[in-house]
Amino acid sequence: MSSVSLTVNGKAVTAEIEPRTLLVQFLREHLRLTGTHVGCDTSQCGACVVHLDGEAVKACTVLAVQADGRQVTTIEGLAAGGDLHPMQAAFREHHGLQCGYCTPGMIMTAVDLVRRKGHALDETTIRHELEGNLCRCTGYHNIVKAIAAGATAMGQAPARQAAE
Amino acid sequence: MYAFDYHRPATLKEALSLVAKQEDAKIVAGGHTLIPTMKQRLAAPGHLIDLGRIPDLVGIERTPRAVTIGAMTTHGAVAESADVKEAIPALSELAALIGDPAVRHRGTIGGSVANNDPSADYPAACLALGATIITSKRRIPAEEYFRGLFETALEDGEIVTGVSFPIPHKAAYEKFRNPASRYALVGVFVAKRPSDIRVAVTGAGSNGVFRWAEAEEALAKRFSAKSLDGLKAPADDLIGDLHADAEYRAHLIGVMARRAVQAATER
Ligand SMILES: Cc1cc2nc3c(=O)[nH]c(=O)nc-3n(C[C@H](O)[C@H](O)[C@H](O)COP(=O)(O)OP(=O)(O)OC[C@H]3O[C@@H](n4cnc5c(N)ncnc54)[C@H](O)[C@@H]3O)c2cc1C
Ligand code: FES
Ligand code: FES
Repeated sequence: MSSVSLTVNGKAVTAEIEPRTLLVQFLREHLRLTGTHVGCDTSQCGACVVHLDGEAVKACTVLAVQADGRQVTTIEGLAAGGDLHPMQAAFREHHGLQCGYCTPGMIMTAVDLVRRKGHALDETTIRHELEGNLCRCTGYHNIVKAIAAGATAMGQAPARQAAE
Repeated sequence: MYAFDYHRPATLKEALSLVAKQEDAKIVAGGHTLIPTMKQRLAAPGHLIDLGRIPDLVGIERTPRAVTIGAMTTHGAVAESADVKEAIPALSELAALIGDPAVRHRGTIGGSVANNDPSADYPAACLALGATIITSKRRIPAEEYFRGLFETALEDGEIVTGVSFPIPHKAAYEKFRNPASRYALVGVFVAKRPSDIRVAVTGAGSNGVFRWAEAEEALAKRFSAKSLDGLKAPADDLIGDLHADAEYRAHLIGVMARRAVQAATER
């Protein structure tokens, strides 16, 4: 067993776990944060994307022990109380989801994309950046629209972003 | 995944002694090849030595003649480095084409060259640019380092600490991506170096990355995409699989090489 201490959605967490525990398993099974999904378990689909020290990573391909001492943000950590994060609100507004299975990973990837590439995102950039996220339902069209709108909205809500 | 003991050394020295001490130890860098392999139970190390907390292995250093990248530097960091963009833009573009953004946040250059997947991108850059692989023991020229499918010159317990790329006059990388895996179906890196011209091909060789000698000779006469007209890579030693047969890969090598030369001349 190994001891891990990390910060998840702003809260300090310490646990004794087997070293082979994946970060996604730790989040879902130990912390019961089931918003992070497992779609493929083979590093392809992006349903498991969370932020590790602010960067999007596939939590099915990171060991929980590798996150020791680090900051993890999951989909549950995005909304401020009852207010959806601007990217979440944009997905709702633009029908960026159907079954919702891929959505947490899409949104975490999108927020990371805005961090790296800013608020004015064209369609080509968004589609290219979504290569690691698969959706079986939407055909991506509305996801792309939602991300463009969410990116703009994030730029108009500077106070919210700073609080993240 | 089978159970293992986890170690997190703080220095290279500590990592080397851990690797030497445990018989069934394996290094984990970004884990983006190793963790999937362990999940499939194709690898089952008893001890995992994590290089993720050794600060000396991370970073990019630029001198007038070379760019040296620490083994634990992620693909994302290479893609975004202003130094790499300026000195060897083709290398920055190559890094930006590896996998997807999340993969690039974890995967490392050291892991990529240690693994030497026949469809990986970095081996092509190493061979074309004439890079040196720096290890815990020695410096190995790329030509001597890549030895075949997943085979390298690394000895047991030897750790890659960095890769040094000489700065070329011009270079470009063109990759035909497998749309499902994002690995190279064929990738061609062309480099016009102070001393010669090199063309390295990944994704296609049944012995891994290789140099295309006929193309290099043709380009030495004149560095222009036209020089490659009519030149076809031999299909004999190429990979043929469900994604593409050898003939198709041979064709793609020519197409990617011409595009790469064109892109390099336009730099
Ligand atoms: C979805 C997906 C898409 C991908 N697409 C591409 C792609 O398009 N192009 C591409 O090139 N790659 C691709 N990759 C592979 C990715 O680039 C890997 O990150 C890389 O091949 C291995 O690097 P790593 O740091 O993850 O190494 P790890 O998985 O940690 O290690 C790989 C192997 O190298 C050994 N090792 C690691 N570091 C060292 C070192 N410093 N010294 C000695 N041995 C070491 C390990 O013991 C292990 O055997 C993809 C991976 C995934 C999951
Ligand atoms: S579950 Fe992690 S990438 Fe699909
Ligand atoms: S909404 Fe169903 S998988 Fe994307």
